[in-house]
Amino acid sequence: MKQLATAALLALTTAFAAHADEPQKGGTLNMVVQPEPPTVMLGLNKLGPVSFVGSKIYEGLITFAPDMTPQPLLAKSWEISEDGLSYTFHLREGVKWHDGAPFTSADVIYSFSEFLPKAFSRTKRVMSFVEEMTAPDEHTVVFKLKEPYAAFLIIFEVTGGTMVPKHIYEGTDIFKNPANDHPIGTGPFKFDEWNKGSYIHLVRNDDYWQDGKPYLDDLYFRIIPDANSRAIAFEQGQVDLLRGGDVENFEVSRLTAMDGVEMTEKGWEFYDPLAIININTRNAPLDNVKVRQAISYALDRQFMIDAVFGGFGKPAYGPMTERTPYYDPSVLTDYTFDLDKAKALMAESGVTAQNGVYATLDLMPLPYGETWQRQAEYIRQQLKEIGIETNVVSVDVPGWVERTTSGKFDITTNFIYLLGDPAMGVGQTYQSDNQLGRGTAANVDGYENPEIDRIFAEAGKTLDPAKRKAFYAQAQEILSRDAPVIWSHAMSYPTVYRSKIKNLITTAPGLNETFADVWIAK
Amino acid sequence: MAQLRYLFGRLVKAIMVLLAVTVLSFGLIRAAPGDPATVLAGEQGSVDPEFIEQVRARYGLDRPIQEQLFKYVAGVARLDFGDSYQHNRPVIELIGERLPATLILTMTAFLLALAGGLIMGVTAAKHVGKWPDGVITIAALLFFALPLFWVGLMAILLFSVQLGWLPAFGMNTIGVEMSPIGRTLDVAQHLVLPAATLGLLYLATYTRMTRASVLEVMDLDFVRTARAKGLEEKRIWRRHILKNALLPIITLASLQAGHLVGGAVLTETVFAWPGIGRLAFDALLQRDYNLLLAIFIIASAFVVFFNLVADLVYSLADPRIEVAA
Repeated sequence: MKQLATAALLALTTAFAAHADEPQKGGTLNMVVQPEPPTVMLGLNKLGPVSFVGSKIYEGLITFAPDMTPQPLLAKSWEISEDGLSYTFHLREGVKWHDGAPFTSADVIYSFSEFLPKAFSRTKRVMSFVEEMTAPDEHTVVFKLKEPYAAFLIIFEVTGGTMVPKHIYEGTDIFKNPANDHPIGTGPFKFDEWNKGSYIHLVRNDDYWQDGKPYLDDLYFRIIPDANSRAIAFEQGQVDLLRGGDVENFEVSRLTAMDGVEMTEKGWEFYDPLAIININTRNAPLDNVKVRQAISYALDRQFMIDAVFGGFGKPAYGPMTERTPYYDPSVLTDYTFDLDKAKALMAESGVTAQNGVYATLDLMPLPYGETWQRQAEYIRQQLKEIGIETNVVSVDVPGWVERTTSGKFDITTNFIYLLGDPAMGVGQTYQSDNQLGRGTAANVDGYENPEIDRIFAEAGKTLDPAKRKAFYAQAQEILSRDAPVIWSHAMSYPTVYRSKIKNLITTAPGLNETFADVWIAK
Repeated sequence: MAQLRYLFGRLVKAIMVLLAVTVLSFGLIRAAPGDPATVLAGEQGSVDPEFIEQVRARYGLDRPIQEQLFKYVAGVARLDFGDSYQHNRPVIELIGERLPATLILTMTAFLLALAGGLIMGVTAAKHVGKWPDGVITIAALLFFALPLFWVGLMAILLFSVQLGWLPAFGMNTIGVEMSPIGRTLDVAQHLVLPAATLGLLYLATYTRMTRASVLEVMDLDFVRTARAKGLEEKRIWRRHILKNALLPIITLASLQAGHLVGGAVLTETVFAWPGIGRLAFDALLQRDYNLLLAIFIIASAFVVFFNLVADLVYSLADPRIEVAA
């Protein structure tokens, strides 16, 4: 009898446990979006806050798992031809735009051939590799490439490959189309209301193509411009989710210690942010490789991470991070903090010192808030140790972009997104044909190495993973030794959220995912 | 007739001032490094130069600067302030969305401060050298010296987090259906903390100004004469002291009234109040020329307007000041 009771109890517990994991319908998710985005029409603007909100309204053909394997979304499957020149996508049937019109291959062709190249430089560049795109039927799209491009699939996730409705935008000025104020996508949530300066409200799309989803009734994105106020709003329960950067990193541990609150660093595998220190190799003595290596040895990266970046991040000695496909730590120069070695390198460099000072350089911190300012102070102090004096130059964001992209700097702090494949986000920072006037992730340092150019060009055209691995290992070895930039650390952003929110981060784009699977336990 | 001519003269001057403001702000903002296309380039990480040129052409930024200025001034003359580069919408619409929130906040703070400042200033002056004067003077000094954002955060911690009396952020409770009266009360509740915080700063100014002004007038000959005549004390205060002490307050108030439109960046930031100050600040960081210029020009127009009003009010308060061109 007792055994039976135990068995019954066990069965009951199991049933409850199963029930707890079963997604529950309903509920409102309150979040913060900062800064307030200028639009939520993700096709037009790819800023962080726009992507965060817009990715619930719009979708791409595919998304990526945390290990960067492509996952179906609006495309249910795809084939890549043997020669890597032809990509055939099979679209899901029965998908509707929020206005009820069907989503078809014509929308895909319109988005990639006309809309996106006008709005987003990355998509424009990738689409320039395309010879032609065709739609054999309503649910099939074929892209024919001029030459193989190993990172081609990357452009099809929601930010690079936002699917926009052809029937609304064709023949109009896409930047001024009234639909931009009331966006029409295919995603699980529909635009409801934007009370400017206060909040953005999205509601459940009852006609969503995944039956029974989304689980949530609606989403609120609150606009709270001050970081301290955002922390208080989370503590008071007015918001249940904070993205990295919503509050200062040093607040994170305090908030995470609260009951029923969790923190994760996942969900950055796609963007893969890497903090770097740009070195203008056009300016002496930064053209001297020993000087650059000396700078690299003079910085204690773990100290920077702990003291400045709130403990989030991992030291970087090369152009890729643990998250990047083809990352190979074995070939990297070991830039573990070593002040003596740094001083020795300066002495060997051939640069002459006057009164113990080798050079006086401008140091321009990235104007993204207190953290970067503090990092610059640390760098300044360490450079002084090895005989380099610095003047800290303060500018606002547009001024920083202007000076960085026109080469008017000696040393500046920066961060870049590696975007899931070295052919998409790594090569651009080191290739000699991609220098000034091409954005802040370009080769603003003026590094020129024909060998590196050749390797990245070859690797981008190579599809065989084993060969690509060999190419990128070679590139990492050369770059790490040459130090055309100083890699600071693989950045990591904490997402702080209440434990009742389930299935929050399950893919590589992290919070820039549709939220169709997110649910709240009652 | 003389008054009409005076008014006309002032109007012409006002238009000249606004034109100068427009040209100067246009020049100043263009002198800052980086333009909207640069900002876009920074946001997109990696861009091709052709793309940047297309962006410049779309906004007309590829034209010679004189041509852009001429076009802009001609537009402003027709009350057309152009479109925002970031929002792709007419800037007038954007400002229209935010102006009511700003006016509710700044006007409330301003009126509270004006009334409170007058009462406190007069009280202090009446009891000069005694304890009420000391308390008021120290309080005013404190309000004036404390940084706004700090006062705001402390107010949130005390009244919202600790006591739970008042909402901490925003202008409305979101996600709740309410009757129009309920909505109004809800906004009023949200208004208390930000208006009080912002008001404290103004309050300090008016208190000190009123106290000083009253003290100065109190000792003048005509007040002594009034007392010697045996006039009632109440009447002396109202007709003789206050009326004369009011002039500098009117000047200050009219200057500040013009500034109310410009918003209050710090208060709006701390309390997530959806006003125009934040809009201007964000526009600056985005080099959203049209939006920022329109906010400048409209705010300047209000300052000019209230100065004009002040001149007219002077003549009512003090008939000795004649309106003459």
